Amino acid sequence: MSEKKTNRRDFLFTATYAVGAVGVAATIWPMIDQMNPDASVKALASTEVDISAVNPGKTITVLWRGKPVFIRRRTDDEITEARAVQMDELKHPEKDEDRVKNPEWLVMLGVCTHLGCVPLDQKGDFNGWFCPCHGSHYDTSGRIRKGPAPTNMEIPKYEFVNSNTIKIG
Amino acid sequence: MSDHNYTPNSKFGKWFNDRLPLLTLANHLTEYPTPKNLNYWWTFGGILTFCLITQIVTGLVLAMHYIAHADMAFDSVEHIMRDVNYGWLIRYIHANGASMFFLAVYIHIFRSLFYGSYKAPREVIWIIGIIIYLLMMAAAFMGYVLPWGQMSFWGATVITNLFSAIPLVGEGIVTWLWGGYSVDNPTLTRFFTLHYLIPFLILGLVVLHIWALHVPGNNNPVGIDIKKPSKDTVPFHPYIVIKDGFALLMFMIVFAFFVFYTPNILGHADNYIEADPLVTPAHIVPEWYLLPFYAILRSVPDKLLGVVAMLSAILILAALPWLDTSKVRSAVFRPLYKQFYWILVADVLILGYVGAMPAEGLYLLVARVATAYYFLHFLVILPLLGLREKTTPVPLSITEPILGGTSNLATAKNKNDLKI
Repeated sequence: MSEKKTNRRDFLFTATYAVGAVGVAATIWPMIDQMNPDASVKALASTEVDISAVNPGKTITVLWRGKPVFIRRRTDDEITEARAVQMDELKHPEKDEDRVKNPEWLVMLGVCTHLGCVPLDQKGDFNGWFCPCHGSHYDTSGRIRKGPAPTNMEIPKYEFVNSNTIKIG
Repeated sequence: MSDHNYTPNSKFGKWFNDRLPLLTLANHLTEYPTPKNLNYWWTFGGILTFCLITQIVTGLVLAMHYIAHADMAFDSVEHIMRDVNYGWLIRYIHANGASMFFLAVYIHIFRSLFYGSYKAPREVIWIIGIIIYLLMMAAAFMGYVLPWGQMSFWGATVITNLFSAIPLVGEGIVTWLWGGYSVDNPTLTRFFTLHYLIPFLILGLVVLHIWALHVPGNNNPVGIDIKKPSKDTVPFHPYIVIKDGFALLMFMIVFAFFVFYTPNILGHADNYIEADPLVTPAHIVPEWYLLPFYAILRSVPDKLLGVVAMLSAILILAALPWLDTSKVRSAVFRPLYKQFYWILVADVLILGYVGAMPAEGLYLLVARVATAYYFLHFLVILPLLGLREKTTPVPLSITEPILGGTSNLATAKNKNDLKI
C-alpha cells in the first residue's frame, strides 16, 4: 500500500469513471438537445412572397421563421444615398451592392441586431430605420450608423423566382 | 445554537423524536435566541417567506386555469380575469405579489448593507441570498412572459437576446433557448415549466438561508457578536413571532392596497395587447424592480460590454463580504460609510428612474454617471473606506449603553480579541 504503483484496482477505478462519465454525458445530451428547434420548426424554412403590389418607397413586412422580413422597394434617392456612403463611415462596413440582388429591392431581416426588436420604417437620422428599444439608427441599406447595435441588419437567403415573386429561405 | 438536549414531555413524542427529531427542530425554532434590539428592518425575512408562500399558492391555482400555448395563453389569462371564480383576485394577488416580493427583498438587502449583515461569519447566508435574488429575477421574468401580451413577447425577445452578445456561441445559445428562430410557442412552454420549477428551488434555498443564519445567529443593529442565550437575547417565540406578525400585517395593508385599488399601476398597458411578432411597442420597459439593471445595460454603448456590466452589477454583490474591509459591521458606528450608504441608495433610485426613461440626451448621461458611481462604490470606496475610516466606539454588549458596565464578560473578552 505504501508504494505508489499502478495496479489492477487503479485501472478498474479509472475505467469505471471513464465509462460513467460517457454514460452521464450521453444521458444528459438528449435532455439538452430537445430544447433546440424541432423538426416542425425547421420544416417552415422557406416562404414565397408576391411583390407585384409594392410601389416604390413602400415596405412590406412578411413573417419568415417567426421573424419579420422587410421587403422595401427603394426610391432612386435612397439607392443613391446608400451608395454614396464611404466605407470608413460605417461601423460594420458593407457595400450596398453586396446587400442587394436588385438595387430596387432591399430584402432583410427586420430584426435589430442589438436585442432583437423590430425597427421602425422611415425613421431615424439616416432615413432608414430606427429601433425604438435602445435607439439604433440604420441607413437606407439597413446598415447600422448610430446606436448600440453591433452589426447591419441581416440579409436572409433569398432569390427572385420571377420578377414578381421572392422566395425567402 | 440553542440547547439540543431537548426531550419531549409525552411518551409518544419521545418515541417519535428518537426516530425523527422534528420536535427538537421545533424546539430549536421556538427557543432560538434572538438579539433583543432587532428593529423593524429585521421583520422582512418573515415577510419574504410570506411572499414566497403567497406566490406558490396563487401560482398553483392560476396554473389550473392557464394554458401555455402561443395561440391560447392570452385568452386563457382573460378567461381567468373574467370567467374563473375569483380569478381576478388570484391573478392580481400573484401579479402584484411579485412586486411586493421585490419590494421586500430590496428592503431586506439594503438592511444587510446598512448593518453589515454580510460580513464574517455570515458570508454564506449572504451568498445564498444573492442566489435566491437571481432566481427571483429569473422567475419574475419568465412569469411576465406567460400572459403572452406585447410586453411579454418583446421583453422575452430582448432579454433572451442578451445571450447573443456572447462571442461565437451566442447565436446558438439563443436559438437553443427559444427552441426556434424567434420567441414562439416552444419558448412559452419551456418558460412555463421553469416558472413553475424555480419557486420550489427558492424554497429549498430559503431553508439553507435560514439554516445558515441559525449557525451564527442574527446580526443586530449594533452589529456586535453577542453571547447566546444571554441578557442580550430573547427567545424567538413569542417575542419575534409577535413583532414579525405585526410587521406582516402592516405589509399586507400595502399589498392589499395595490391588489384592490390600483392592481395595474405596476404593469404596462401594452401587455393587454396580444403578442405580435411584427410590431415592437414604442417603449419597451421591464418591470420596475429590474429598472436599475436595465439602465446599466443601456448606459454602455457596446452590446457585449453592456451585458457584462449588467451581470457584474448583480454578481459584484456576492463579493461584497470581501470588498468591504471594515471590521465594524453596523453603519451606526461608521460615520463615513453611513453617508456613502445613502448616496448608494440614491444612486440605485436614480438608475431605476433613468431606466424607465428613453435612453437619450440627459437621461443617458445621468445613467452613465450613476452606473460609474455604482461600481465605484463597491470596487473603490468600500475597500478604501474600511482601511481609512475612523469608527466611533462600539458598545461591549447590547445592554451596556442602557445599563452601563459590562453585562457580559465573555463577549467583552471576545471583543478585545477582535480589536473592534
